[in-house]
Amino acid sequence: MNLHIIQALVLRYLYLYTRTPVRLVELLFWPLVHLLVWGYLTVFLQRHTGDAFPYEITFLIGAVILWDVLFRAQQGVAIFFLEDVWSRNLLNIFAAPVTTADYLGSTYVVGLLRAGVTSTILGVLSLVLYSFNVLELQWYLIPFIINLLVFGWALGMISTALIVRWGPAAETLAWATPFFIQPFAAVFYPVDGLPPVMQAFSKALPCSYIFEGMRDVLKDGTLPMRDLVLASGLNVVYLAAAGVLFVSVLKTARDKGLLTKFAAQ
Amino acid sequence: MSESVLRVADLVKRFGDFAAVRNVSFEIRKGEILGLLGANGAGKTTVINMMLGLITPSEGRIEVFGQDLASHRIEILRRMNFCSTYTQLPGNLLVGQNLNVFGKLYRVPDLDRRIDEVLDLLEIGHLKKRVSGHLSAGESTRLNLCKALLNRPELLLLDEPTASLDPDIADKVRKAVKRVREEDGATMLYTSHNMRDVEEVCDRVIFMHKGKILHQGTPAEIVSHFQEKSLEDVFIRVARGGELETAKPID
Repeated sequence: MNLHIIQALVLRYLYLYTRTPVRLVELLFWPLVHLLVWGYLTVFLQRHTGDAFPYEITFLIGAVILWDVLFRAQQGVAIFFLEDVWSRNLLNIFAAPVTTADYLGSTYVVGLLRAGVTSTILGVLSLVLYSFNVLELQWYLIPFIINLLVFGWALGMISTALIVRWGPAAETLAWATPFFIQPFAAVFYPVDGLPPVMQAFSKALPCSYIFEGMRDVLKDGTLPMRDLVLASGLNVVYLAAAGVLFVSVLKTARDKGLLTKFAAQ
Repeated sequence: MSESVLRVADLVKRFGDFAAVRNVSFEIRKGEILGLLGANGAGKTTVINMMLGLITPSEGRIEVFGQDLASHRIEILRRMNFCSTYTQLPGNLLVGQNLNVFGKLYRVPDLDRRIDEVLDLLEIGHLKKRVSGHLSAGESTRLNLCKALLNRPELLLLDEPTASLDPDIADKVRKAVKRVREEDGATMLYTSHNMRDVEEVCDRVIFMHKGKILHQGTPAEIVSHFQEKSLEDVFIRVARGGELETAKPID
């Protein structure tokens, strides 16, 4: 992995955002909408359930912020690829001395930046609007964020691989993929609230352990370490599998001339 | 004879049952400009894409700077570049920003000075702070060429660099290409449908038809071989699949 190459690819992305500030709206608009909707739902439930609710329902706000970490990391990888398709720049990048590792490394950095910007802003707004301090998650916040970032990158690689394989018609996967798993990811409700079949899917997703963990920390300040270890282990498996899929699809794309077909769109 | 920069041996590319490139072999010597000609669908762009590592050959071998492309792709790409009518640089970025990014990707030393040099060479220095997407077709093509020249490539692949240009700009591009060859000694592979381009720029020409090489030689040799008046007449005859019996396909 070459840091100069990664720096150049990330620089291109930063130029894109400074040149077109309207993109910042996309980066902030939807997270803000979710924060307002789930935040005021939380306020409403708190007022009407009081002590009857099993534990602090502010977890809904925490869930919005942490889900956005995963979503933005996934978007960082998938949109990075699509930006080159849309601007007909894809062949310039893939015919430049850029290795697959350099390319993926730069998408990870972009995902990290996107997640960092939105989650910081959401964290501040949730404190101002709802007195919810995401730092209540204490040091657990660090492994939570790392695990969600890694899973987001893995999902990003999977969605990009599918777009490469199926062509521009599959572009919508760049946005849809995280929402395919959201019902099983225990973002806004616990795993045991799901039917048994769905629970099996849920237990295969690293992020469900993170969202369960977040609720545990907000409820009684502790986290079962077993959940954190399981999430990290699953993430290693997902990241490796996504990497293998991405490299294999890229090889197929070179065999079948799929990259050049993107340029002809 | 000068050393070979690019050597292509028995290159075949099949997409399913369709053979886009069939047993193509040729080489380009250092400092030479080789024209790759043929009608649409002849296989020229597929050959170029294989040289860039964008398409993997079904059979055969591509050797650049004495190294196998399949196993030394990144090292080779660092020393070459390309310009294609089928690609653009991101339209939202300024001209200077686009060249800055690609200069860093190719690790160009003294980048700011080099960017000014290539922009001046193509006579678009005044556009450095212009948004790339707001350039005219001619300016955009010259920007693509600037990107291709940034790293002083030893091997330059130019895929229809004068397509859709007016005669004045096409002339400027041809002059720039020749100047780069004279000053940097760059070796080039040049595809074009403009026979004037080819006659003016290329030392040698390969004629392709339906994925095969029909003939190769200097433009004058090609015209003589096909017993036509001009390269354009040869092109039309080959494109229409006319009397090819005088041509001896090279397998």
